[in-house]
Amino acid sequence: MYPDYMRESLKKVERTRPARLKIARSGEKIFPLMSAKEREEVLKDFHPDYKPDSLREIRVGANKGEKITSEVANLLESHSRINPDDFDLSRIDYDTDVLVIGGGGAGAAAALLARENGARLIMATKLRMGDANSMMSQGGIQAAVNPNDSPLIHYLDAMGGGHFDSKPELVRALTRDAPGVIRWLEDLGVMFDRDPDGNMVTKLGGGTSRKRMHSARDYTGAAIMRVLRDEVRNHPEDIQVIEFSPAVELLMDDKGQVAGTLLYNLETEEYEIVRAKSTIIATGGYGRLHIKDFATTNHYGATADGLVLGYRAGANLLYMDAVQYHPTGAVYPEQIMGFLITEKVRGLGGQPVNKHGQLFVFPLEPRDVETASFIRECTERDNGIKTPTGKVGVWLDSPLIEAISGEGTIRRDLPAMYRQYDRFEIDITREPMLVFPTLHYQNGGLEINDKCETKLRGLYVAGEASGGVHGRNRLMGNSVLDYNVFGRRAGIRAAVAARKVKLGKLTLDHVRRYEKALKEAGIRTSRISPILLPDYTRPETKSRQLTAHYEGTLR
Amino acid sequence: MRRDRVSSSKENETTQAKLIPVYIMGKRYQVPEDLTIMTAMEYAGYQLKRGAGCREGFCGACVTVYRSADDYKLKAGLACQTVVEPEMYVAQIPFTPANKPTYDIKELQPSISAIQTIYPEVMRCLSCNSCTKVCPQNIEVMDYIQAAVRGDIAKLADLSFDCIMCGICAMRCPAEIVQYNMALLGRRLYGKYLSKKGPYLEKRVEEIKEGKYEQGMQELMRADRETLSRRYDERDIESG
Ligand SMILES: Cc1cc2nc3c(=O)[nH]c(=O)nc-3n(C[C@H](O)[C@H](O)[C@H](O)COP(=O)(O)OP(=O)(O)OC[C@H]3O[C@@H](n4cnc5c(N)ncnc54)[C@H](O)[C@@H]3O)c2cc1C
Ligand code: SF4
Ligand code: SF4
Ligand code: FES
Repeated sequence: MYPDYMRESLKKVERTRPARLKIARSGEKIFPLMSAKEREEVLKDFHPDYKPDSLREIRVGANKGEKITSEVANLLESHSRINPDDFDLSRIDYDTDVLVIGGGGAGAAAALLARENGARLIMATKLRMGDANSMMSQGGIQAAVNPNDSPLIHYLDAMGGGHFDSKPELVRALTRDAPGVIRWLEDLGVMFDRDPDGNMVTKLGGGTSRKRMHSARDYTGAAIMRVLRDEVRNHPEDIQVIEFSPAVELLMDDKGQVAGTLLYNLETEEYEIVRAKSTIIATGGYGRLHIKDFATTNHYGATADGLVLGYRAGANLLYMDAVQYHPTGAVYPEQIMGFLITEKVRGLGGQPVNKHGQLFVFPLEPRDVETASFIRECTERDNGIKTPTGKVGVWLDSPLIEAISGEGTIRRDLPAMYRQYDRFEIDITREPMLVFPTLHYQNGGLEINDKCETKLRGLYVAGEASGGVHGRNRLMGNSVLDYNVFGRRAGIRAAVAARKVKLGKLTLDHVRRYEKALKEAGIRTSRISPILLPDYTRPETKSRQLTAHYEGTLR
Repeated sequence: MRRDRVSSSKENETTQAKLIPVYIMGKRYQVPEDLTIMTAMEYAGYQLKRGAGCREGFCGACVTVYRSADDYKLKAGLACQTVVEPEMYVAQIPFTPANKPTYDIKELQPSISAIQTIYPEVMRCLSCNSCTKVCPQNIEVMDYIQAAVRGDIAKLADLSFDCIMCGICAMRCPAEIVQYNMALLGRRLYGKYLSKKGPYLEKRVEEIKEGKYEQGMQELMRADRETLSRRYDERDIESG
């Protein structure tokens, strides 16, 4: 329930709704799209990435000298969790063709395709398989399937959305494989939303010029992830899943190939050595770094571990200077702060309006532009609505959806949204939601080519951990697509390559070299990475944990 | 700015919520009244390893059993979605075991026989409705089980769609049915075999295989920034 003092503003939203509805129904533009110049300006003045302290130069590793997101630079300029001298690398616990690090969508797709291509493999994951960003995506997955659409138009949309910085070969792979991915998922039994003719229901998304967003109600990610996980579990003889065992450092061999990983058993606190002919990093994103103190939509394990592992071994990063904030995160009620309000709400006609009930931006500008506009509305223009704890947000007028498409649309197409608010006695079919941008997606990552190869032999990356697919700004629906396209590609490539790989002697020398580089750069720090889990223990509690020992964030 | 739904240090300084007593694993702690069970545990000093995943009600990792004050009933819920109550007793449980029968979806028929073979225990449902009563997603669990028993896979798939596979229903089931696994099988059968398929997807997949877009793609890949940017600005946009 909204507090009483918000009633007046809520009334205004109601009062302006009929007029807004009329324009929406007329088929005319409900709000002018910004020109390239206007977009640039609002980004420069209001997007968090453009704040002076948001970037800093990294002083070690493959991207040395480049400006990247400060929080990521801190993470990379940290010590390893382990001392290489402590490990006897001749004592191997697991020997495998392919190792998949990460149990989200990219990891699961990679595992299934590696298996199909003859590999036996291990999937190691920090949390349970599937308890990942992949389970949470709601809005949809892009694929150019309709007759008025094509992979070429999809290519143009994705390139433009990413401000033309994406790697062409990756965007080609993304858009070309997309229909095949939908077909593959359908064949595995994913239930997509269909029209009465059996064609897919498709919607517009931010930055798409065609209706290309496929969905499974607003549980799209869950619908896909549940099926992929089920299918992985159908092959225990070929795919061994090891849960609650994060990778903490890659292993290499004396020929410079990546050769597996060190796993840390979160429960028994033992380290285990996995030797692998091909290693795939599929560890997802970094929302739990809480960049610029933003709340996040990401799962508990989204701490950029894979970036640290790959970077320490010598792989390079691409576009780690661009953070994706999602324009619509919940700011009220407190308990769901940061919770993602899927873009589909705007895709279905929901409009962002200010405290006066005015629409102030085209609802589906690219995400970074939409985000910057929300921040402008709440700061410079002072048209936001304050919450009882001093946060501020704008309304997302969901009742408009019902007015446009008929009663029951929300409960049918947005059951997860409806349920989430209903728990706090807000009926979003009758009242709008209060939203503010939230930290959502890691646009960049470890650079790959269209076979998911990195510059290190034996190391492949897929999914949110990779960089280059989305340039500096990902469009909604392209990352669920990404983890399927590149997860599959990584699995195939890793399995095929593994047939020929001859591994040499295992080593952790790259960790020693990295430590040396930190020292030479004069970096003195007590930071340790990968951090594995975020640190949510209060200082008051810590001050009483007199004999506890913290390794980085972990007790 | 940061206000994650977690009990981070920053946030607790600004939280002015009243403190209330809750019992976590039998021990009494004072926690702000507006926290969820999950953030209350972190506030109390727990560092979660198991029992936390999405933190948004989508993954089912955080099943918790609890009892409210003055109530004999044992309740279950998602720790990330349930707000604490004064004097509640909370116990976090690890998840229900993940192992399940294996099958080859390509070999199955979309009929009751598949379910009978792979999850025969479904037929033993006692219609006690315990599952429906505990489901945190408010799913009509018993109804989908009954649909399965009748071989109505479309209904099973539809009713169970929002299941997050948390396992609470299975823990309560006197017939030892693993509702959520069976339901997933039902949805896969429906998605693969029963839902009507339109022609667009198949056609596009064929076109791509035949290389229809390859030349255009190569051109786009070679185009310089300016050309791309112009074509991007000029592209027509399908209306909503
Ligand atoms: C709330 C939400 C909504 C979204 N909605 C959409 C949408 O509508 N459309 C869209 O296209 N995209 C959406 N996205 C983005 C998309 O879901 C993700 O980008 C994508 O799922 C990432 O998949 P992934 O497999 O790379 O990573 P994840 O699914 O996050 O998987 C990462 C895995 O790696 C594991 N891991 C992490 N560190 C380690 C380690 N050190 N060792 C071993 N394992 C490790 C984790 O436990 C996890 O299993 C959304 C994201 C969120 C958070
Ligand atoms: S049906 Fe069972 S497993 Fe699924 S959400 Fe409900 S209680 Fe959880
Ligand atoms: S709890 Fe078990 S026996 Fe009871 S209705 Fe549900 S499925 Fe049937
Ligand atoms: S942590 Fe995923 S449902 Fe609670």
